[in-house]
Amino acid sequence: MTTHAATAAPTEHVHRDDVGSRLGMWLFLFTELILFGGMFIVYAVYRYSYPLEFQLAARELDTLLGTINTIILLTSSLTAAMSITAMQEGKKDLTLVFLGATIVLAGLFLVNKYFEWGHKFDVGLYPQSPDMLAKPVGEVLYFGLYYVMTGLHGLHVIIGMGLIGWVMRQVAVGSVNQGSFVRLESAALYWHLVDIIWIFLFPLFYLLH
Amino acid sequence: MSTPLHELPDGHEVHAHKVTYGQFFLIYLGLIALTGLTVALAGIDLGRWILVSALGIASVKTILVLNIFMHLKFEDSLFRWFVGVALLILGIFFALTFFDYAFH
Repeated sequence: MTTHAATAAPTEHVHRDDVGSRLGMWLFLFTELILFGGMFIVYAVYRYSYPLEFQLAARELDTLLGTINTIILLTSSLTAAMSITAMQEGKKDLTLVFLGATIVLAGLFLVNKYFEWGHKFDVGLYPQSPDMLAKPVGEVLYFGLYYVMTGLHGLHVIIGMGLIGWVMRQVAVGSVNQGSFVRLESAALYWHLVDIIWIFLFPLFYLLH
Repeated sequence: MSTPLHELPDGHEVHAHKVTYGQFFLIYLGLIALTGLTVALAGIDLGRWILVSALGIASVKTILVLNIFMHLKFEDSLFRWFVGVALLILGIFFALTFFDYAFH
């Protein structure tokens, strides 16, 4: 430390620890894992208790729409990952293009979700609806979990869009740059977590019928 | 362990491992293929195995996203230990819940 201090120019020292910052972001992601994990446990217990009702209820979901949304989210994860490569190469404009594409794809995901939920509401499959209450308890639980889990996931998509937009601004003004882009990495990590949650939500709600 | 870090002139470290666009795209194609596989398998009557196949494929996809998209493979091994402990804790939650549930 002393030798380092002696050789380095005596300019102001800004504390910075990128590895520590990323580790902190991962720790935050673990809290998200436990948040969703708790819901996955509830899902597991009810699926175990009502296997047939869960299978029947899953047939109400549109597999094609779910598959399209899976591909959209995977693509958005790809563009988020590529934005870091672009930043490492010092290509600011390309970084912004990749991040912009990520936000557009996230928006598309939400539009699909809007139509999907809208259709469910149109056919009377929403919480506490007369049609819903007439269903067996296992199916009511399935749809309750469907709305809560995809809803919370959708909320994370919205937050992720905000985060990426916030980082885009910093890339644009240059406060996030080739020499310092840990905030870009953290936003991307968050986005990939949102993708991973969907990787499990998709088969559990759309495919097990 | 061998995280490739390089020191900037001011002593700060920057994450230096670079995954190329081609590598990312290859992983992406793998993820799309696995999505296709899991949808195709859901169309076949696999009985009890459908749950195993769906969760197995989802786990493989997650490993790809964690390791490559999230750079976990190129981080210090401490990161992988952390992820392992987090998953172990979640696993304990699952196990204890079902243990409790089975005996009610």
